[in-house]
Parts: sequence; C-alpha cells; structure tokens
Amino acid sequence: MIVTKKKPIEELMAMLGDAKKIAIIGCGSCATACATGGEKEVAELKKYLESQGRTVVATAMSDYCCMNLTTKGKVKGFDAAGAEAVVCMACGDGTQVVAANVKAPTYPANNTMFLGEAVKFGLFEEACHLCGNCVLGETGGICPITRCAKSLVNGPCGGSKNGKCEVNPENDCAWIAIYKRLEQQGRLDNLSKTRADKGYEDVAYPRTINIRG
Amino acid sequence: MSLLEKALESGKFGVTAEMAPPKGYDFTKQLEDAQLLSGKVHGVNVTDMQSASLKASSLGLCIKLKQAGVEPILQVTGRDRSRMAIMADMLSAAAFGIDTMLALTGDHPVVGDCKQSKPVYDLDSVGILNMLSTMEVTDRDCGGNELDGSAPRFYKGAAVTPVYEPIQLQINKLRQKVDAGAKYIQTQGVFDMESLKRFLDLVDKANIKCHIMAGIIPLKAAGMAKYMNANVPGIAVPQDMIDRLEAAAAEGKEKGVKGLPMQLGIEMAAEFIAKIHDEKICDGVHIMAIGAEKNVPTILEKAGITIE
Repeated sequence: MIVTKKKPIEELMAMLGDAKKIAIIGCGSCATACATGGEKEVAELKKYLESQGRTVVATAMSDYCCMNLTTKGKVKGFDAAGAEAVVCMACGDGTQVVAANVKAPTYPANNTMFLGEAVKFGLFEEACHLCGNCVLGETGGICPITRCAKSLVNGPCGGSKNGKCEVNPENDCAWIAIYKRLEQQGRLDNLSKTRADKGYEDVAYPRTINIRG
Repeated sequence: MSLLEKALESGKFGVTAEMAPPKGYDFTKQLEDAQLLSGKVHGVNVTDMQSASLKASSLGLCIKLKQAGVEPILQVTGRDRSRMAIMADMLSAAAFGIDTMLALTGDHPVVGDCKQSKPVYDLDSVGILNMLSTMEVTDRDCGGNELDGSAPRFYKGAAVTPVYEPIQLQINKLRQKVDAGAKYIQTQGVFDMESLKRFLDLVDKANIKCHIMAGIIPLKAAGMAKYMNANVPGIAVPQDMIDRLEAAAAEGKEKGVKGLPMQLGIEMAAEFIAKIHDEKICDGVHIMAIGAEKNVPTILEKAGITIE
C-alpha cells in the first residue's frame, strides 16, 4: 500500500490561507489503513476547520482516490458548493487526481512516504521501490533495492555492524536477511552470481502503461 | 605500469599507504607526507570522502601526488557519482597518468558530515569494476559508444572486510569483485593473525585468485581501539592489545613521558607486518595511518620492509 503521514496542521492551514469555504475528500483504501484519510480523519479535520472559523461546504470519500473514474463523481459537486479550496486526505497520486477534477485549488493533507507493508495495525515498513525490474525471485523474496539503504544488488557493503545497517542501526542488513532466507531454502548458490546491471533507462519518469491494446 | 602492479604481479611483497585530502584546498601537509612515503611504498591510496565526510576530491590529490612523483591509487566510490561521472573522472585520471584505482561502494551520506547530500549508488563496487573492465575490452564508454582512441587501462583493486558474519557473504562478493576485474584486494584493518589466516583460508578454498594486502591500522591509544571496536564495522582489536596500550599510557604518566601508546602502536604494527612478510601470510600490506602518515616509514623500517 501507499503509506502516508499527516502533515502538521499548521502547514495545511498555511496552504489554505484565507480560504473560507473548504471541501474535504478522504480515501477508502491506503489512507484509511494509515489513519490519515479515512472517514474518521475526514470528520476530525472538518471539526477542526470549523473550530477555526472555516466553513466545510462538502465532504466525500472515494474508495480509491487514485482512480479517476471513481473519484471524478465524488468531487463533482465541490465547485458548485462554492469551495474555495479542496483538501485531499489521500496520497500524492490521489491528490493529483482530485486536483485535475476540480477548479478550486487542491491541497494535500498528507505527505506520501513509501510503498510498504502493514506489518501490524499502525506499523508500516517500506518494502518496494517500484524499480521496474523485480529481482525478488533471486533474493529470497526480500528486496535489496528497498531494504538495503544503498540499493546494492551484488551483496552487502562492509558497513553492517552486528548484522545491523550503518545507515540506521534499527534496521537489519538486507543482505544478511537475504543470506539467511536463501540458506533456509538451500539456494545460497544464487548469491555467487553477479546480477546483470539493469541500469536506469527503463525507469525514466513519468512512466505510462497502456494495456488497452 | 604502476609500481604496485609491477610488484604484485611479479610476486613481490606489495606495500601501500593511505591518505585523505584536506577539508580545504591547501594540500601542503599531504604533499609533505607523500614525500616521506616516496620510495617506501608502492602507492598511496587517496580516499574518496572516507566516512562520507566532505574533503577535496580524490582525483585532485591524486593528480598533485602524481606531479610530485608519488604513485597515487585513486579510490572511487559509487556514493556521489553516477556511472557517467565516474567514467568521466577515470578518463581525466588517465590523462594525468593515473593508472591504479580501488573501487568501493562508499559510506552512506547519513553517517557523514553533509547528511543532506543525495546518495547516488548508481553502481556499487562490483558495478564500477565491471564498467571499467568492459571499457578496456571494448574501447567503448558506459553507454556502449566508441571512445575517441583506445580506452585507458587501470590496475584495479577492491576492498574486503575479513572479520564479518556471515563471512560467506564477503567471500561471495569478493568473488564478484575479482570476476569483475579486481586484481588486488586491500582488507579492512586486521589486528590478529588468526582472523587474517582464517579469512585467507576461505579465499583459498573458494579458489579466488587475487593479491590480498592485509589492512594495517597503527593504533595510537587504547581509546582509539575501543572507539573503533564499538563504531567501525569489521574492526575487532583484541583485548590484550588494548591492555598493552593502557599499560603504556599508565607507564608514560608515571614517568612523565608522552607518546608511549603511539610508540607501542608503531611497534605492534611493525611486528604484525614483519610476521605477515616473513611467514608469507599474504601478498602485501596496506597501512592506514589515519592522519599519522609520517609514522609509516618508521613502521616499515622496524618491520624490515623495503621496496626495490
């Protein structure tokens, strides 16, 4: 999922400036799981804005803010309701979809942090860097591009201390984790191969994928 | 062909030292130290912002050393430069007659002193070596385009951490470095012969063919040893060495003599080097004096090592 974190409320208020009439949209998927843009958070923000003398002219929830067709209809009434500003409580992607479908300026309530896994309720770990050329088949299902702070593809640097990463001693060295997983699976020979250099040509962004044929 | 290549490839005991460029643009101290090392070592590694701490570039000091008649070894990390920038620097290095290099991944900016810097890591140490080897074979650049004229050739090296768990990971990566063109390997600092021998045995068993130079860090004080044990990955100074340094400090205090621990550090490094040399433990030594480069000639003299 796309893991988001609430921006400090002061930052959001500074973006809103003098706007009096505000519309809010939340997101029913990732932002709900991250407690940054579910129904509860939308209601909380509405209450806060009203306490600050603003009028919340409309609120909406989109199942997936990032899906244009789903979100378009949800924000349709925002301009007609007189919104001078729209707050999107989804990820950066959802915010861009909303911004493209309303005339009033749209502001993000959240910072978009990473693509990660919900380890347990309220705990999220970064897991995938969207590198466009997945190596998990060779690395025991542990991503070195993401879990190694240097995205090393050919094994560890010399920087780990007691199995922990030099960048953040809270983190396990990805390559030691990969080694242990492959050892369990009897696949250590995977490590002796130098991985082909995949380069960055294929990840020049922004990318588009069209499967419509 | 560099002195180091000639020495190692003809079976002689290789000796290298290491120095860091200044955090500034006055290279006077480095050039003075280099003159002391001239004729005593086969080459001087110039670090590429070691510990991710900002310094003048390795290439800059390497050029100065070369012009002063001291053979430089250009350290190249993947931390701050993309493949294009690395290859561009290597072409410039070759134009100044620099022909020996050492590839490293590089410490991450967040452990250094310019934490906001963007980590690059387009290529790791294996990737840098592969890129240069491919260039040498094809006379083409990193995009596969023909170079003007032939490609420069470098005597390529890499580093390894011999005290590491699981050590097989380091052995695997060492194999990849050697397959990618590393001819010589400088190890992280080692302090006890058993650890070094254990590692060399594993390299032998893995049938990896390269010249291994044992990393030597002359200790200056017990505090330095304890600090490195706690903070520097791959460093394990044995307790009896720390005890001896502490005893030397106590003796100095009693007699009112300064510098006894550093002298002992010089003696211990010299003994270790002499043993490696005399018992043919490995192919050479790489001395990392960490700012005390002026002590390197004394260490070599006490170890009875001269280069021809």
